[in-house]
Amino acid sequence: MNIVVLVKQVPDSGSERKLDPADNTVARAGADNVINEMDEYAIEEALVVKEAHGGEVTILTVGPDSAADAIRKALSMGADRAVHVTDEAMHGSCAVQTSAVLAAALQQMDYDLILCGAESTDGQVSVMPALLAERLGIPQLSGARKLTIDDGVAKVERQTDGGFWALEAPLPAIVSTWDTINEPRYPSFKGIMAAKKKPVETKTLADLGIDPSTVGLASATSQVLDFSGRPPKGEGVKVADEGDGADKLVEYLASQKIV
Amino acid sequence: MAPASPSRLILSRRDLDFLLHDWLRVDELTKRPRYAEHSRDTFDAVLDLAEEIAAEHFAPHNRTSDEHEPRMVDGRVELVPEIGAALRVFTAAGLMAGAFDEELGGMQLPHAVAEAALAWFKAANVATSSYPFLTMANARLLIAHGSREQVDTFVRPMVEGRWFGTMALSEPQAGSSLSDITTRAEPADDGSYRLTGNKMWISGGDHELTENIVHLVLAKIPGGPPGVKGISLFVVPKYLVRDDGSLGERNDVVLAGLNHKMGYRGTTNTLLNFGEGVHTPGGRAGAVGYLVGEPHHGLTYMFHMMNEARIAVGMGATALGYTGYLHALDYARTRTQGRSPAAKDPSAPPVRLVEHADVRRMLLQAKCYAEGGLALGLYCARLVDEEQTAEAGADRARAHLLLEVLTPIAKAWPSQYGPVADDLAIQVHGGYGYTRDYPVEQFYRDNRLNPIHEGTNGIQAIDLLGRKVVMHDGAGLRLLLSTIRATTARAGGTAWAGFAADLEVAVDRLGAVTAALWSPGDPELALANASAYLEAAGHVVVGWLWLEQVLAVEASADPRSNFAEGKRAAARFFARWELPTVHTRFDLLESLDRTVLDTPDHWL
Repeated sequence: MNIVVLVKQVPDSGSERKLDPADNTVARAGADNVINEMDEYAIEEALVVKEAHGGEVTILTVGPDSAADAIRKALSMGADRAVHVTDEAMHGSCAVQTSAVLAAALQQMDYDLILCGAESTDGQVSVMPALLAERLGIPQLSGARKLTIDDGVAKVERQTDGGFWALEAPLPAIVSTWDTINEPRYPSFKGIMAAKKKPVETKTLADLGIDPSTVGLASATSQVLDFSGRPPKGEGVKVADEGDGADKLVEYLASQKIV
Repeated sequence: MAPASPSRLILSRRDLDFLLHDWLRVDELTKRPRYAEHSRDTFDAVLDLAEEIAAEHFAPHNRTSDEHEPRMVDGRVELVPEIGAALRVFTAAGLMAGAFDEELGGMQLPHAVAEAALAWFKAANVATSSYPFLTMANARLLIAHGSREQVDTFVRPMVEGRWFGTMALSEPQAGSSLSDITTRAEPADDGSYRLTGNKMWISGGDHELTENIVHLVLAKIPGGPPGVKGISLFVVPKYLVRDDGSLGERNDVVLAGLNHKMGYRGTTNTLLNFGEGVHTPGGRAGAVGYLVGEPHHGLTYMFHMMNEARIAVGMGATALGYTGYLHALDYARTRTQGRSPAAKDPSAPPVRLVEHADVRRMLLQAKCYAEGGLALGLYCARLVDEEQTAEAGADRARAHLLLEVLTPIAKAWPSQYGPVADDLAIQVHGGYGYTRDYPVEQFYRDNRLNPIHEGTNGIQAIDLLGRKVVMHDGAGLRLLLSTIRATTARAGGTAWAGFAADLEVAVDRLGAVTAALWSPGDPELALANASAYLEAAGHVVVGWLWLEQVLAVEASADPRSNFAEGKRAAARFFARWELPTVHTRFDLLESLDRTVLDTPDHWL
């Protein structure tokens, strides 16, 4: 089974993240860049499926040269190979444009199963699985908390607020995963050494047959017009307990619509 | 309960990268056959992995295992489960095998990179990390001196993390003075030995973390020479091992009790009884042991690995001091208190602690100790790499000699000043630092062990003055002094020429004072002042490494960053506030002071 995992490098959500005031795009240079946390669950799930059914796990990423670090980590975890699409012209691309690039790359690959995280921590647009399903004409099983592959059929439990939906679709299909699906493994020393020898194919827009003018900030379908920093924390509210502390607390919580 | 520390409060990756790459040029090691499979990428990946696992699995239970120290229940040791869980992740990632040979399942990492990676665990949770570190030390010793069969039987399961190891040297009546141990090893008919005796202060001596425990035990074979020349080394497994590698009978080594310590509480520390007949392997009492190497060479074997073990202890002290410094810095940047002396308006909002000059004084001092200690430890680890892999024999010999002189300093200086960094971290926190709501008091308690174990700092002082600077007619000291002078010469004509000149004066005095101490030919008098000598020599060496660091900063890609300015400020602080203190000690040493020597115990 050929499994492709979509991996995005993002600024670490645990560190200070910024937008570039020059064009309102995510400031990636100089940021503490890591694999999008949710994607690690997709990688783990791909490795689990491979361990059960055999095949090969390919990482597909679109991003600047620095995204090679994210690829290396995915390969250290156990993925077999990687395709890295990198092109200056893509700077500032929106989700719709990026999906066209990813779809073009996927059309050049053999895949039975495409896995991706349910969202990225930078853009949080969360539409990539749907956009790709549409472009590739394959079923989408989103928000999986459990995945089983059985005789050419992918079965997932889609996590919902109140429980789950049981869904299934024939392969090839795209499945997006939540962080409840597994516990991603760490790379191992052996994996780190092995990763050096794994093939990483670099592709440009020209390699994918995409006209550079159709991607990038200038022709993006959505743009960030303005932004402002998070407002500073205000003064807390002190409740003096004069025998009626509990009542005052409840009153406060109710006023904030917390209860 | 204190929240777990995020990785930015555990260690500084930026500093590690600077020291390893901008300064020590570890990537040059990849040209050597042993490290040919490595590159900057693999080094980075190992450091990423160590940071991630340390932050996610070691730091979170640092306080828990301190508050719930090991308990003895029905003759077994009970530990908080988080320790075992963290160590399973550690070994599964292959971290136990890092510096070992590929043939043993290792990664053949350079020592400098391995020490840097392991420092994350020491800083995140020194107590939990001591189980694998003892195991690595044990395995290294067996690889160097054990038979092929002993390596296959005992080392492989340890490198895989299935068994852990201990070092059983001390006894209740013999700690620093190993010549006085009384554990006996009687030869048995089958070539093995039966051991009888008690061992004290054995870290990791008993637990249920692994299916077997491999003790390396010092004991005397009857009829051998007296003193240290009659000590032999034995492998004594908790469970005997069958020919196929499976576990057999329970050996006659039992847990007699646990020590309750000031710090390092998650590391179980035990009194073990050997050969009391609680278990009777092969139908009789006596702990079954297997001789390592030749009889009566046990202490030599044990001390063969001493340089690396002592550097590792120094790195532990540095790591604890470093994390203390980072926590204090974080606190000082968020906690507001008081106003600046120049502020006129008493109703102005209070300023952050870090805006007070005296708080910055404490932070700079702690930074000097933490980052200076890290530079010292990694420099020595890099020397281990030179000693083992340099192409030219003369380079290997030079590295060996320099390492011999630096080892007592690499152990003692961080063990003395790492706890001072933690002490300063408590002071920066004020009253909160003295409470158990903040982690700095634990760092201090944990770090207080380091001047004591792996050769007390007093023993390091005697080793330095009594042996290392006089051996080979003073060749080691001459090499150290000329190595420092090579750095000061490089600094001539730069902004750091003044610091270099001050350092040269101190270096000259270190040479002169060494000669003066030995000139009367009275070892008792010389060694009575050995601790002051060690402290002065340590400050000269760390001063040199601060000069080395700022020279590397000037040549780095980003010499105007806050990081670079921070290195400069700390170097200036060391030059102005710390280095001059060596002269007080040199004055004392030069005077051949007899105060300590001439004070009998009944005056005290």
